[in-house]
Amino acid sequence: MSRVLSISIFRHNPRDPASVPHMETHELAEAPGMTLFIALNRLRETVAPDLSFDFVCRAGVCGSCAMVINGRPGLACRTLTAALPEHISLHPLPGFALIADLSVDTGTWMRELAESLETWVHLAAEPDIDLLEAPMEPKLAEEIYELDRCIECGCCIAACGTAQMRPGFVGAVGLNKIARFRLDPADSRDDADYFELVGNDQGIFGCMSLMGCEDLCPKELPLQTQLAWLRRGMARQGLRGIFKKKDNE
Amino acid sequence: MPAPTAHSLPRAIHWPATLDLAQSVSGLILALFMWFHMCFVSAILVSQDAAWIVARFFEGYFVFGRALPWLVSIFVAIISSLLAVHALLALRKFPADWAQYRAIAAHTHRMGHGDTLLWLVQVVTGFAMFFLAPVHLYTMMTRPELIGPFESADRVWSGFYWPLYLILLFMVEIHGGVGLYRLALKWGWLPAGDTRAGRRRLALVKWALTAFFLTLGLASLGAYIKLGQEHALQAGEPYVPTWLRVEPAQ
Repeated sequence: MSRVLSISIFRHNPRDPASVPHMETHELAEAPGMTLFIALNRLRETVAPDLSFDFVCRAGVCGSCAMVINGRPGLACRTLTAALPEHISLHPLPGFALIADLSVDTGTWMRELAESLETWVHLAAEPDIDLLEAPMEPKLAEEIYELDRCIECGCCIAACGTAQMRPGFVGAVGLNKIARFRLDPADSRDDADYFELVGNDQGIFGCMSLMGCEDLCPKELPLQTQLAWLRRGMARQGLRGIFKKKDNE
Repeated sequence: MPAPTAHSLPRAIHWPATLDLAQSVSGLILALFMWFHMCFVSAILVSQDAAWIVARFFEGYFVFGRALPWLVSIFVAIISSLLAVHALLALRKFPADWAQYRAIAAHTHRMGHGDTLLWLVQVVTGFAMFFLAPVHLYTMMTRPELIGPFESADRVWSGFYWPLYLILLFMVEIHGGVGLYRLALKWGWLPAGDTRAGRRRLALVKWALTAFFLTLGLASLGAYIKLGQEHALQAGEPYVPTWLRVEPAQ
């Protein structure tokens, strides 16, 4: 027998001076294979035409539809209503600027993160495009690709107690990116360079290993392993810096 | 005109790495020490003589032929300093203002996530130890000779230390257990290649050890309370091991 879902949605439009944040509850007949994305669309088509929420790909690839589902961050398109109780509460991701209702601006946040952590390959020299690319071991390529699967949905930031307490913290999304470039032989940066980016309390040493990121990453990235690996590397670099007082260029 | 001299500046401040390492290392030493400590305390469950032997052992009795209680004082001073360092470093992680308290409390409540909740438990138990641990440490540092079966039992019961020890026991065992678990996650020492399996196994070991040491601690405290009640009328009388007792003349 199909259930009737009761879906409570956070509603607020910060650009509308008359808008007051409140919860709005709608009932919806559950359909087989229904995802939250489908449910939200149905609500928008029928009873809440002004409901704001983001989506692009509907397949867990773009990371737009991340929201807080019954208290935990997740992707609406990848969450089956069948896996949830009858009453579902939906909130926008905390830690990001609210656009309206369930829609948040993760883009600006991610852009600032990318600029501050310089999350791109730093080549030693301009590549000669007439030459074959330097080959990479398939195993290493796989490892890099594994970390490159991050879709910047923001779930790890919403799931992280540290990031919620300390807004300057770069979170798993930032640290995972550094781990990815640190693996990449094409990137000419060394640990001394990475230490300048994440060897502080806004970076790896701010992480308190609450494991929210590891447990709630929709892409199931190996974040605990990466964070521990980065912490060991940065700690080694930190000690090197202390014992080698004259860290000459 | 002389050429300007130049010297390079350090590229990055390396202290955050050292502080993080120091917090981990001091926590590791303290947590392991607390497990050993509990084993020594539980000697009372074997016999009163066993408790006496353990107490005198740390005073160098079996090396120097006489008890040197100040050896214990020095050791307690070292442990106290380590605790102070650990507490100072851990303070960096405490929520610092109302907004941070509200953020972490709301987040923990919202998420219903075990490891996040355990961190709040760390904060609460750690905070409690700021006040409870110094009472015990000061007593041990200033009166090390009063460690022994009767001496400790009198302190526990007649000195009314048992409520302190009871709370301290739970705070220490929970804080230490959770702390070691988190250390393993933090630095990546998991007992399996797969994180999920490793964490499950680690959590299981952690709770088993916490339960074991809590049981051991409660049993030892119970034994001291019982002994303290029995010895209450002679409170203050030092313990003499059975083989050193002079039989009263018939």
